[in-house]
Amino acid sequence: MKDIRPDPDLILDRIKEEEMRAARGKLKIFFGASAGVGKTYAMLSAARQQTEQGTDVVIGVVETHGRKETEALLTGLERLPLKAVAYRDRVLQEFHIDAALARKPALLLVDELAHSNVPGSRHAKRWQDVEELQSSGIDVYSTVNVQHLETLNDVVGGITGIRVWETVPDHVFDAADEVVLVDLTPDELLQRLKEGKVYLPQQAERAIQNFFRKGNLIALRELALRRTADRVDSEMIQYRRDKSVTRAWQTSESLLACIGPGDGSGRIVRSAARIAARLDVPWHVIYVETPKLRHLSEKRRLQTLKSLKLAQEMGSETASLSGSDAIATIIDYARDHNLSKVIVGRDHAQSWRPWKRSFADRVGKLAPDLDIIQVAREDTPADRRQEEKSTSESLLDRLRAPWQSFAMSSVFCALVTLIAMPLHTVFDRANIAMLFLMAVVLSAVRYGLGPAVAAAFLNVAAFDFFFVPPRFSFAVGDVQYLMTFAVMLAVGLVTAKLTADLKFQARVASRREQRVRALYEMSRDLSGALIAEQIAEISQRFAATGFGARAAIMLADERDRLHEPIQVPGGVPTVDVGISQWAFDHCAEAGWGTDTLAGSPLLYVPLKAPMRTRGVLVLEPSPSRRLMAPEQRRLLDTFARLVAISLERVHYVDVARATTVQMESERLRNSLLSAISHDLRTPLAALVGLADSMSMTQPPPTGQQCDIAASMREEALRMNSLVNNLLDMARLQAGAVKLNRQWQPLEEVVGSAIKAMRSTMAGHRVGVNLPAELPLLEFDAVLVERVLCNLLENAATYTPPGSTIEIGAAPAARDQIDIWVEDDGPGLPAGKEELIFNKFERGRKESATSGVGLGLAICRAIVAAHGGTIRAENRHGRGARFVFSLPCGNPPSLDGAEKDLPEEESPK
Amino acid sequence: MSEPRPAVLVIEDEPNIRRFIRMSLEAEGCQVYETDSMQRGLIAAGTRRPDMVVLDLGLPDGDGVDFIRDLRAWSDIPIIVLSARTTEADKVGALDSGADDYLTKPFGAAELLARVRAQLRRRSSASASGSAVLEFGRMRVDLGKRLVERAGEPLHLTPIEYRLLAFLITHPDSVLTHRQLLKAVWGPSHADDSHYIRVYMGLLRKKIEEDPSQPRHIITEAGVGYRFVAA
Repeated sequence: MKDIRPDPDLILDRIKEEEMRAARGKLKIFFGASAGVGKTYAMLSAARQQTEQGTDVVIGVVETHGRKETEALLTGLERLPLKAVAYRDRVLQEFHIDAALARKPALLLVDELAHSNVPGSRHAKRWQDVEELQSSGIDVYSTVNVQHLETLNDVVGGITGIRVWETVPDHVFDAADEVVLVDLTPDELLQRLKEGKVYLPQQAERAIQNFFRKGNLIALRELALRRTADRVDSEMIQYRRDKSVTRAWQTSESLLACIGPGDGSGRIVRSAARIAARLDVPWHVIYVETPKLRHLSEKRRLQTLKSLKLAQEMGSETASLSGSDAIATIIDYARDHNLSKVIVGRDHAQSWRPWKRSFADRVGKLAPDLDIIQVAREDTPADRRQEEKSTSESLLDRLRAPWQSFAMSSVFCALVTLIAMPLHTVFDRANIAMLFLMAVVLSAVRYGLGPAVAAAFLNVAAFDFFFVPPRFSFAVGDVQYLMTFAVMLAVGLVTAKLTADLKFQARVASRREQRVRALYEMSRDLSGALIAEQIAEISQRFAATGFGARAAIMLADERDRLHEPIQVPGGVPTVDVGISQWAFDHCAEAGWGTDTLAGSPLLYVPLKAPMRTRGVLVLEPSPSRRLMAPEQRRLLDTFARLVAISLERVHYVDVARATTVQMESERLRNSLLSAISHDLRTPLAALVGLADSMSMTQPPPTGQQCDIAASMREEALRMNSLVNNLLDMARLQAGAVKLNRQWQPLEEVVGSAIKAMRSTMAGHRVGVNLPAELPLLEFDAVLVERVLCNLLENAATYTPPGSTIEIGAAPAARDQIDIWVEDDGPGLPAGKEELIFNKFERGRKESATSGVGLGLAICRAIVAAHGGTIRAENRHGRGARFVFSLPCGNPPSLDGAEKDLPEEESPK
Repeated sequence: MSEPRPAVLVIEDEPNIRRFIRMSLEAEGCQVYETDSMQRGLIAAGTRRPDMVVLDLGLPDGDGVDFIRDLRAWSDIPIIVLSARTTEADKVGALDSGADDYLTKPFGAAELLARVRAQLRRRSSASASGSAVLEFGRMRVDLGKRLVERAGEPLHLTPIEYRLLAFLITHPDSVLTHRQLLKAVWGPSHADDSHYIRVYMGLLRKKIEEDPSQPRHIITEAGVGYRFVAA
């Protein structure tokens, strides 16, 4: 029979996930095909039902669009105030996330999950707000239209001709705990539209009228239904996996999507997301930056970064790699991560270079074992023209150089011409042409591509003018020379290009080396740092050289609160404590250039170390620097990581030092206490013994002498008990007492306490009233006997002879056993029930009874060390009662007690 | 013919306490040898051949437990240890390695003499006794026939209770640690299940004691173990 037990690792993962889910708030999405199907209405109805069941429901934000039926549902529900945010010259009403977090209802309604917040809000998107609400344990109801789903966005755009820019990443939708489809047939929707029940903004009426065509509505409804069905399907698979109905088919094959610098990368990412979702496999998106791609314009590089970020939001692993050969890098990455399917964008058909093989073909040729999926890019011809324009823009960029360079390369040409003039008679013209080529190479080496290209043209012109007959004219006598010019120009241009590229690569390499050296130097410095201030200083230095930024480090304390930035000589930027705390709490970057509070001038990077997040690194980027370029990002990540690890190391150095000091002081205290106790007790022991032995002296002592000896003995014993009390108190207070807890019946220790106190209680009647079925308790027998002895002694001291003292016990609430010592004496002075447990506090100050008032304080300390409580009260009738409780715990069983006996006959 | 005076070796570094012990024991009619260190104590134990040793655990030149182990290697004379109050672990260690009883400082002459007498009596009775029948209070235990009677009536004990009782009454007046009892009754593999012993001791007390909460025969030595007293 086949073993169909579930994989334990999977179950563990699922339990972890469920635990995480339990702590997190739940998200329920009301999902619809288009506006007007009644999502908000459905959400409010569900919320009302929850309210009736007693759930604490609050409305965070709801768009009723003036619909009467919907508004009617709002009555009676608590609404959070909206936050007025000024944007440009208008004031917009936005969802107030801080108010929601402060109010912390059980269930919050947040309409329109796809909404984009006004710039300057904490998060750019409302779904990010909702994630934060969930992570602080608030359940959320929200609504989404199908066209707002990230992966379906372009499909819907294709169908309806209207692209919406407010989107929700699919992983948010997929991670929602529940999705309810709110469905309405297109005809009914159109009917509602006709009746004016659907809100249409005035200004966009025409466009929306186009949108609400029946064909569109049917298509949208199909999309919504299908997406819901996909979700239900994956729920079903999950259920089957849970119940282990059958082993669900699972593959380790994952997807790798490669994006290039083009505008089509967004489309590739979305396609990859859809394919990955359908196959239910993890996916990766990578961008390989070759030296060639470094020439690209800023705008294009940012575009690529945006696509990578999109992929990350959609739940993929992303990486930006650098390598000289894009294809080899891609294949290496795929092999390393065991990715068997590679998605690439389809190349543009290049009719003028029919021999050029497509990217996909080249990947396929080098790695025949990988599946290659080609997907369409979204570029329309218009886009492509724009792309070409931007490429040529970047070409122009590359040609650009300071005018001095152009002047110098012209001077080069002039010089070559001057030198060649006299040689003209000696050398052949071909060799003269060589001299001109050299000038081009020199220009390229010295001044870059632009001046070299200029030199190439100038040289051809100079050669023609000065050396080609007829001389001193641009006219050419022999047609042969046209060929010479063409080759000369071509060779000049190619050489210029190659030389300039080489120079550029050398510069890139040296810059990379510089970065590596800076990192190396920083890590070397960090490894020598012993205090956090040194680390702050080192990171300040590195941030200045590596990023041209000012840096500050904020450390977190044990309670996860951030402190002020560590002061360093260069001064620190003024940080926003709120943002840094947010970045720390969420362990995510915030501020400049991130999703969260992008308006801030500073970037807040959490310092994640292996054990915990140590603090926040704050960077103030100088405006000219691009902190977001991939290589800079990588550098920043490494930087933050190194700083975090160093901080952790420094922290543990401190911990180790503190522990050593603590151990040393504990050792000292213990040896001091035991020395004192030995030194005090030894003379007392001698005193007691010698007093006793007086009666044995020869000649035998008189009766009076015997009395004196007995009194001496008594006083010495009293002294001894005082010393015991003081030392015990010192020990208990210093925390130097190690409990020797064992499971044992209470009656045993009660018996031994009564036996120990027999002489003290000689004049009293003692009763014991323990229920037969008391469970075993875990306690330190010696210490609890001490508690009972002190209580008995107390009772014996403060009650007249002949009184009754009783020890009793009974189970009390909350898994505790109450144990009491009660008497029928005069009782406690009113209002002093608590005070008597204080040190050096005595019931009646004026009385002649001995003692310093430590007995009860010791009792309290011992009981507290056991996790229990002690209190005193007056009994209803007469007398006092001292009650202490001990926790029950889980007593061990006696199962093995009779079983494992060695073989022997039983008694008859 | 008069009985020979029992010889007691006292090992204690504090001269005043030593003096008091000597006076008390001599008044009782013992021959007392004194030493003030472990080393001399071992030599004296070998040369004087005492009938009993009174040993202070807090000696400056060594661990009392080592002394007991060395002595137990060749002799089974009773050992009473003297110790400070807060060091239960030391007492248990000394008892586990073979000491018979302990006294907590400060103690009086009466307590000391009671313990010494009990140990000497046990020693003489152990050498003399051949009878397997023991009586205490209203109880009668016949170890040969494995019979237990209370006030003349047969008393049913479970196998464990019987083994426990038999071990206790054959080691009267000595302090038995939890570990020693567990080893004797349950075997060495259960030496750490000390709650067994406490529970069965409770059950046994209910059967043989008049008032189990204030026992007369099976005395609890808190944090250390139990002592069986016949009287």
